[in-house]
Amino acid sequence: MNTKAITAIAAILVFPVAAMAGPDEENLVINDELEMTSVTEAPAHLENLDTIYSGWHFRTDETQALQIDDFDNPAMIFVDQAVDLFETVDGAAGESCASCHDGVESFKGLQASMPKVDAESGKLVVMEDLINKCRTDRMEADAWKWSGGDMQGMVALIGLQSRGLPMNVAIDGDAAPFWEQGKEMYYTRYGQLELSCANCHEENWGNMIRADHLSQGMINGFPTYRLKQAKLISRHNRFRGCIRDTRAETFAEGSDEFRALELYVASRGNGLSVETPAVRQ
Amino acid sequence: MQLRLLTLVCVTTGVAAFAAETDPKDVTYDDYGAIEVSLTGVTGDAANGALIVGDKSKGNCVACHAVSNLADIPFHGEVGPMLDGAGDRWTEAELRGLVANAKMTFEGTVMPAFYKDDGYIRPGDAYTGKAPTAPLTSILTAQEIEDVVVFLATLKEE
Ligand code: HEC
Ligand code: HEC
Ligand code: HEC
Repeated sequence: MNTKAITAIAAILVFPVAAMAGPDEENLVINDELEMTSVTEAPAHLENLDTIYSGWHFRTDETQALQIDDFDNPAMIFVDQAVDLFETVDGAAGESCASCHDGVESFKGLQASMPKVDAESGKLVVMEDLINKCRTDRMEADAWKWSGGDMQGMVALIGLQSRGLPMNVAIDGDAAPFWEQGKEMYYTRYGQLELSCANCHEENWGNMIRADHLSQGMINGFPTYRLKQAKLISRHNRFRGCIRDTRAETFAEGSDEFRALELYVASRGNGLSVETPAVRQ
Repeated sequence: MQLRLLTLVCVTTGVAAFAAETDPKDVTYDDYGAIEVSLTGVTGDAANGALIVGDKSKGNCVACHAVSNLADIPFHGEVGPMLDGAGDRWTEAELRGLVANAKMTFEGTVMPAFYKDDGYIRPGDAYTGKAPTAPLTSILTAQEIEDVVVFLATLKEE
């Protein structure tokens, strides 16, 4: 136990500093003007990390470069499509998002507080839930598929309105039981490899695992554009991939388990700027 | 009575000696996590062990460990210690225990158990993300464990 803690501390001290000397210790700046908080003090509830880092710090120079200028960021194609979708009438009610919402800018700040508990139902909701509720109940249109292009484009467009604002999800009050559930999941060693999120992203961040440079597994940049898949990746899709890689039976995208995990993981990044849409390899 | 019991014992031990391998559930670890007895009775093959250590679909040990002898395989990880010299640091029995279930040697280690087939939380059907449709098998077979052990024993630092 003790030696492990020491190793973990050693990893924290030695690794990022040594391997990430230079630009990586600096904060991320987008379009030469938007100063992001991509490294900061860990929130008080986080017991095992002192400093939190955006996943951007762990990527190669080439991948990093794609995120520092919106003209180079391939995610923006999907964001632009969502701008059009926002104005597009769909469903039996004959309305578009723009019929009811006074521009997508009106959602500024929302992403920084997501997920949150819906006061009416008492359920924990994530951005996809808010969007689909408007589609099905208010537009009388079909729900969008969780990780589909339309949905993640819209999640990215709404998230982008909060870019630069610090993540600040509530973890107390109504949110507390969901947060506890997510925390429990974070430390559960799933699958035949018996690995928890914490084993990789808390104990081994900064280390290479085969060809991958382990980050702290933050979600402040989601949906992210993944070069390998050439599309936007949802938070739940990333969770699913990581759990699958432990030789485990995963949870479904849009499951209550992943909502709770999303709240907990988001809270680990409280203080980091919303970076949506980030770029990953 | 006496005689029958004796025959029975003979038959069982006979079976054990020939039945090629010890089931994952029957493996005996000593207090330090070592396994004295070979899991198969057949000496491992170091060359095959080396393949298993490097192969993504097998041991994939290099995902976490660097091994200088396997420098031709790209991308060695740094989650675990370098395995160079493992053959100096550990006896064969200790290596067998480490590969079969390292948690018996290092409590709570992140290193997965390669010779274990139950006691998991939400185990899947390999890397499909789906629930298993057949009973779980250990990640490596008994003979594959022996092969890896013999390979590790060759990792000496002179
Ligand atoms: C018929 C009216 C209507 C349409 C069409 C509509 N919405 Fe809504 N939307 C609402 C109302 C009413 C609310 C709840 C009140 C609020 O929070 O603004 C809401 C809430 C939301 C919220 C949550 C805001 C928050 O702060 O919690 C989001 C996000 C949202 N809508 C996105 C969309 C998107 C994207 C579309 C189109 C795909 C859309 N809406 C279409 C009426 C509509
Ligand atoms: C076996 C190791 C392993 C485990 C266990 C694991 N991950 Fe990951 N995870 C990775 C790797 C490798 C990557 C890609 C490199 C990176 O961004 O860290 C990654 C990436 C991520 C990312 C994307 C980060 C970014 O900035 O793009 C998130 C979020 C994440 N993981 C969350 C989780 C959660 C939540 C769990 C537990 C349910 C988990 N991971 C379990 C290995 C793991
Ligand atoms: C997910 C990461 C991971 C994988 C995969 C993994 N190990 Fe390990 N291994 C570790 C860690 C971490 C330790 C250090 C023990 C500790 O303190 O937790 C370790 C320790 C060891 C040791 C003892 C270290 C020493 O002193 O030389 C040996 C031998 C070893 N592993 C062999 C293997 C073999 C062989 C495989 C594949 C069949 C393997 N490991 C797969 C993480 C891993």
